[in-house]
Amino acid sequence: MSTIRGRSLLSLSDLTRDDLVEVLDAAESFVEVHRRTVKKVPALRGRVVASLFYEESTRTRLSFETAAKRLSADVLSLAVASSSVKKGESLRDTIATIEALGIDAVVLRHRASGAAEQVARYVPDVRVINAGDGQHQHPTQGLLDAFTVRQVLAERQGARGSETGSALFAGLHVLIVGDIRHSRVARSDIDAYAALGAEIRVVAPPTLLPPGIETWPVQIVDRLDDTLEWADIVSLLRLQHERGTGRFVPSLAEFTTTFGLTVERLARVRPEALIMHPGPINRGVELDAAVADAPAAVITRQVANGVPIRMAVLFLTIAGNREDES
Amino acid sequence: MRVLIRGGLVVGRQAAIADVLIADGRVHEVGATLSARGAAVIDAEGCWVGPAFVDMHAHLREPGNEDAETIESGARAGAVGGYGALVAMPNTDPALDSVAAVRFVLEVGRRAPIDVAAAASITVGRRGQDLTAMAELAEIGVRIFTDDGTAVRDPAVLRRALTYARPLGVRIAEHAEDPDLVGDGVMNEGIWSGRLGLTGRPAVAELVTVLRDIELARETGGSLHILHVSSAGALAAIVRARREGVDVTTEVTPHHLTLDESACASYDANVKVNPPLRTAADVSALRRALRDGEIDAVATDHAPHAPETKDQAFDEAPAGVLGLEHAAALTLEALGGPSSDPQRFFDLLSRHPAALAGLRGPRCPQGLGQHGGWVEPGDEAHLVVFDPRRQWVVDRATLQSRARNTPYHGRQMTGRAVATIVGGRVVARDGAMA
Repeated sequence: MSTIRGRSLLSLSDLTRDDLVEVLDAAESFVEVHRRTVKKVPALRGRVVASLFYEESTRTRLSFETAAKRLSADVLSLAVASSSVKKGESLRDTIATIEALGIDAVVLRHRASGAAEQVARYVPDVRVINAGDGQHQHPTQGLLDAFTVRQVLAERQGARGSETGSALFAGLHVLIVGDIRHSRVARSDIDAYAALGAEIRVVAPPTLLPPGIETWPVQIVDRLDDTLEWADIVSLLRLQHERGTGRFVPSLAEFTTTFGLTVERLARVRPEALIMHPGPINRGVELDAAVADAPAAVITRQVANGVPIRMAVLFLTIAGNREDES
Repeated sequence: MRVLIRGGLVVGRQAAIADVLIADGRVHEVGATLSARGAAVIDAEGCWVGPAFVDMHAHLREPGNEDAETIESGARAGAVGGYGALVAMPNTDPALDSVAAVRFVLEVGRRAPIDVAAAASITVGRRGQDLTAMAELAEIGVRIFTDDGTAVRDPAVLRRALTYARPLGVRIAEHAEDPDLVGDGVMNEGIWSGRLGLTGRPAVAELVTVLRDIELARETGGSLHILHVSSAGALAAIVRARREGVDVTTEVTPHHLTLDESACASYDANVKVNPPLRTAADVSALRRALRDGEIDAVATDHAPHAPETKDQAFDEAPAGVLGLEHAAALTLEALGGPSSDPQRFFDLLSRHPAALAGLRGPRCPQGLGQHGGWVEPGDEAHLVVFDPRRQWVVDRATLQSRARNTPYHGRQMTGRAVATIVGGRVVARDGAMA
């Protein structure tokens, strides 16, 4: 059986169904740790995790650092201003400096696609965990989305997620709405859901679809209104208009009119369907304010699951190091 | 100094096994079993002996970026690659947009081991507005004008350049990618860019600029050259226009003939180039056209960058790869390997680019030698002995270039210049300076 133990986590595109279930199952055990009074386990005692965020992301960074601390790892939190690039230090030199401090893993967030792959090549002895690279991948977000889906669906059956393996994903209808072109979350989500056996539809204005999407394991739908009833999961993406992606549609208002999950549209979604969003939400753009607070929305659960998923990833990738086998 | 090249396939007007005796900087005699008396002998058995290669598109970075390359180091890279002459591109800092700047390059180039000619920019400062002193520059021997690195954005400026240059016997060379369609793209737009989350530079950006430029050349009667054509659509447009009588020539780079967009999956900035590596289907179309003689020249677009700049993230690193030291092997690969037609090989790497750069024929500009000849007695002796079966492995540590940004590090190559002769002197042997 394949495993992610001892491997870097750069992308979900090369993970098998077994790999994914392994992470989800490990995360489930860490949810239980989270419920204890003493929320700390010694699994990574003496290990050093560097968190290297070239791009600000308070939530993801806090979530990773909390996860590392709960596993008793030492955390080196390096604030890398994006200006250090302009000062002339190359990505390679920065990583070499950090490696010299003696680290087991680096959690990397970077505004450039592929940064995690590059770093993994520069420091082959260090596990690299991609905490989001440009428009490429955000593997832990994809994992926590899948984890949240399995958790909620298993609870409805009165089961633990780990008892269900990947069975609950078989034929599950996942609808992904919005800016897929620029979304690392969409790429990781699609990789995870496809490997787990779900059926995926995407719906977006054509300008927000990535080139070559016809080769992805998804079905493309033109109009949101044509596919609302189909969905078991409605996964909304953030329209990153602060980065200029708003220019790909005439206006935010038009986007909301045609692709926003309004209260009216929510009424047509199946009552048992789940509404998901990776945050931060643009209330009134991808979804109406009221929709975010509807019972079907599991957005806060997604946030809560961030820590156990990242604990699972840190534990599996680091605890599989060669030293442990010797 | 006398040099005897013994027993090679001499690729002149015909290709035949012969000895070539060089004396006093010229080809002295070509024939069977010539006397080696007083001559250094190069054993050329199994090799092709032809005119030294000419690169009409090399970025030598001097003045302004000498940490990446100098005229001297670029010329050394050319020498070991089998080149006898290079045309230095004008996107230096400052740009080669004046007689003084061009004279500087020619002056420094005179001390280099091979001939160095210079192209000049179309517009002052490559800003796309005011024409350079094209007549004066042509007078001192400039034959290629280009704002390479970017297309001339304003069609009125390009139209004026094509018109003004018409009586000067020079060519307007375009980096044909529409800047607006390219945007901040870093690789070919398509299946791979979508998966990798990298912003695309669509092939249609090349096509629309090629079509625009062709129509302006047709209308003005000007002479147009399309630099580094990379996509099947743009190539087809050029071939069609030429059949219709438009004076348009083109070149292709070794990397566009041997790598496709999938190489970007490594996110290694050493495969980042403009125009970008295209699809496998584009590569096939370029190779077919190369064999069929539809492409005039192989040009390296040799683009050295200091190592730290290529160690950045893919979309932050500068575009460009090294070319001079492995271009001939890659051209041979694209033509079909050691059994391919040696005439075509020397046409692409020497005769045609020499003619386009004004380095062939009676009046050689810039005080440089006559290149791209037929290996006949009386010719200036700028020759290469090329072994089409020699196997070697690219090692970035041993390159002559100051830079290291080759995408071919570790790749097995077939075919190598075993001797480069410029002005009758052996300047390089077996991948090293002589």
